[in-house]
Amino acid sequence: MDVKITPPSEPFPGTVHPTDGGGVLLSTLDDVINWARSNSLWPLVFGTSCCAIEMMSTASAKYDFSRFGFEVARATPRQADVIIIAGTIVNKMAPVLKRLFDQMPDPKYVIAMGACATSGGPFFYNTYSVVKGADHVIPVDVYVAGCPPRPEALLHALITLQEKIKSGTTRDQIRVEMKDNGK
Amino acid sequence: MGNEELIAQLQAHFPEASIEMGNNWPELNITSEALLPVLNLLKNNTELAFNFLFCETCVDWKTHFTMVYHLESTTYRHNLVIKANLDRVQPVIETACHLYRTAELHEREIFDLFGVVFTNHPHLRRILLTDDWVGYPLRKDYEDPINMIKL
Repeated sequence: MDVKITPPSEPFPGTVHPTDGGGVLLSTLDDVINWARSNSLWPLVFGTSCCAIEMMSTASAKYDFSRFGFEVARATPRQADVIIIAGTIVNKMAPVLKRLFDQMPDPKYVIAMGACATSGGPFFYNTYSVVKGADHVIPVDVYVAGCPPRPEALLHALITLQEKIKSGTTRDQIRVEMKDNGK
Repeated sequence: MGNEELIAQLQAHFPEASIEMGNNWPELNITSEALLPVLNLLKNNTELAFNFLFCETCVDWKTHFTMVYHLESTTYRHNLVIKANLDRVQPVIETACHLYRTAELHEREIFDLFGVVFTNHPHLRRILLTDDWVGYPLRKDYEDPINMIKL
């Protein structure tokens, strides 16, 4: 039987420098760290409304985000890398969300899932209790549209986040860079 | 007991009250002062036996409030809606929580969001909002210029 091996879509970052009897892999430490980091993102168990149901669906057998390295959902922010804001953030929840984010170790990432977390969504007008977008409270890396988004959309957001991490500079690195450049 | 039979029974018990048929259940309109005697009879009468208050809420009609009580008998499986109008400036009504313990929680929520005062309630204070909150958000004329974006 002719077995065809497809190359991985995201190969290990670096180039092979051929030498006698094998080769030497050339890469930068930053690239390797980002590659490793992006493939094992531990999400925080955090859901405030119906988006959480879609998030659970994304975690379970049919969509299964563990295929991309997201399976280790942590119930404590101290062990989590990414927080998926799955649901409406109300004024009463905002300080809790801020505290959870502050308790997460660096580097940390945030996905705003759905209309509520992005902008307040259906609760934008005439509501006294809803925060109009989670980015008023904590910085967001990836926004997902939808009310609620389908599991495919969340998977796409997770993969987008991985691409973002692989592409290099983290938020804090950018901040340091800007400070060094006097901005 | 079917709905017609139930309405006939209720009419016999409360000759001066207006009873009409709602979408699903009979609706008994009473004055706010009559609430406790009415509930007492509905709960303790062996043929009616309304032993379960499954919903209690308030409606703001801008001119007045209406307290709405949904009752069910778990023995006979019949339902009833009780409505009582309240003054909008000073909304006061007797608590139902000594007959139905579940009302304790519902009434705290109604007090929190509509500002209806329930007399003889064991601990009437805000439940969802912060203690220092000003105003009652589910009233139609509620304004919050900081948090609310008006459309």
